[in-house]
Amino acid sequence: MPEITLAAGGEVPSGIGLFIPAVYDIVWSLIPFALIMLLFWKLIIPAFSKIINERTEAIEGGIAKAQSVQAQADAALEQYEAQLAEGRAEAARIREQARAEGAQILAEFKEQASAESARITANAHLQIEAERQAALVSLRSEVGSLAIDLASGVVKANLSDDQRATELVDRFLADLESSEAAGKGVR
Amino acid sequence: MNLVTNVSVLTAAEDDGGFHAPTLAEFFPPAIFFEGTPFEMNRIVLVRMLAVLVMLLLFWLALRRGTRVPGRGQSVAEMAIGFVKDQIGDQVLGAKDGKRFLPLLAGMFFGILAMNLTGIIPGLNIAGSSIFIVPATFALAAYIAFVYAGIKQHGGWKYFKNQLFLPGVPWPIYIILTPVELLNIFIVRPISLSLRLLLNMMVGHLLLVLCFSATHFFFITGQDLGLLSLFGVATLVGGIAMTGIELAVAVLQAYIFTLLTAVYIQQSVADEH
Repeated sequence: MPEITLAAGGEVPSGIGLFIPAVYDIVWSLIPFALIMLLFWKLIIPAFSKIINERTEAIEGGIAKAQSVQAQADAALEQYEAQLAEGRAEAARIREQARAEGAQILAEFKEQASAESARITANAHLQIEAERQAALVSLRSEVGSLAIDLASGVVKANLSDDQRATELVDRFLADLESSEAAGKGVR
Repeated sequence: MNLVTNVSVLTAAEDDGGFHAPTLAEFFPPAIFFEGTPFEMNRIVLVRMLAVLVMLLLFWLALRRGTRVPGRGQSVAEMAIGFVKDQIGDQVLGAKDGKRFLPLLAGMFFGILAMNLTGIIPGLNIAGSSIFIVPATFALAAYIAFVYAGIKQHGGWKYFKNQLFLPGVPWPIYIILTPVELLNIFIVRPISLSLRLLLNMMVGHLLLVLCFSATHFFFITGQDLGLLSLFGVATLVGGIAMTGIELAVAVLQAYIFTLLTAVYIQQSVADEH
């Protein structure tokens, strides 16, 4: 294309001249290059890394925090469960104890009751015995006096007549019966 | 063929509403400031500086007040650097070396990307990296980086021995292999890095200019074209499509350049190939 060299504008190199830069071109490619590299090296990439690191730390911190909170919650749950189990065991123990005490109280009551009834029975026996003794004593004294009465009656009447004797004995017995009936009424 | 002869005829005639094919003069515009000094600035230099400054400013604005919960700008900046870090640095070099070389790789990627993108920004319309010295500067940086990384890792003697005398190869092969490796690693690599980027950007620009100046010619300045002016539709659609392709190329070339740099560094620090 011969037109190439005809173009208007600055001096246009051709051939290898295309690749031999002018001094100002070298300057104006080194300056932006240096600027880019300096800023990326000192400013942009450090800012980028800082942000990324901070975010990573924040995320890791958040995860660690969540983990610790989870651990705390787990520990609390475990503690509550332990307390609950302890409470249940305690309740069961108390119930058991109450049952045992109840049984014991019942047994004591039974024992007391039977002891009481035994005591009452014994008292009754003693009273009966005492009354029997008293009756025996009074009977014994009365039998003595009766015998004396009878004897004196027999002595007073003539003991020759069997019939009289029989009457006497009958009257005596009737007296005895009537006095006994009277005595019964008194008592 | 008729059209082609037409075009060349029209090109030969200056400024007469004819068609001007783009030329390499596109890449050597006249000076604007400081003409004749080492700080002479032309349009491309201004575009380049603008691209770099805007790119750096955007990153600075996005990251200057970094928060744990990022805003929109910060998210985008983080995602962009994260892409270089994950897809290039960490993946090729591993976490440790990836971190070490991240400033270089990220600066390289975003610097080249910013300068590439100016090629399709209306009003700028030229890639800042379409002048040989720009890719060459970055390629030189890559070259220094991978040689430095290798020497730092292994020591000078062992590094060159590793690179030039591949272990596990019968010694007569070295007669062929060693010169090839020498040529490949220490000469072809930087040149191929810079040429690949340069030519992509130059050709992309020329194609865009061609499409749009042809459209301009067919629709507006061309005279007595008749039905031929319908070609303008094709060139316009072609130009729009090329703009999209240039966007992809701008990203892709920055990616390839940075990825290859990372690969070269990796090959230098690796114990064996």
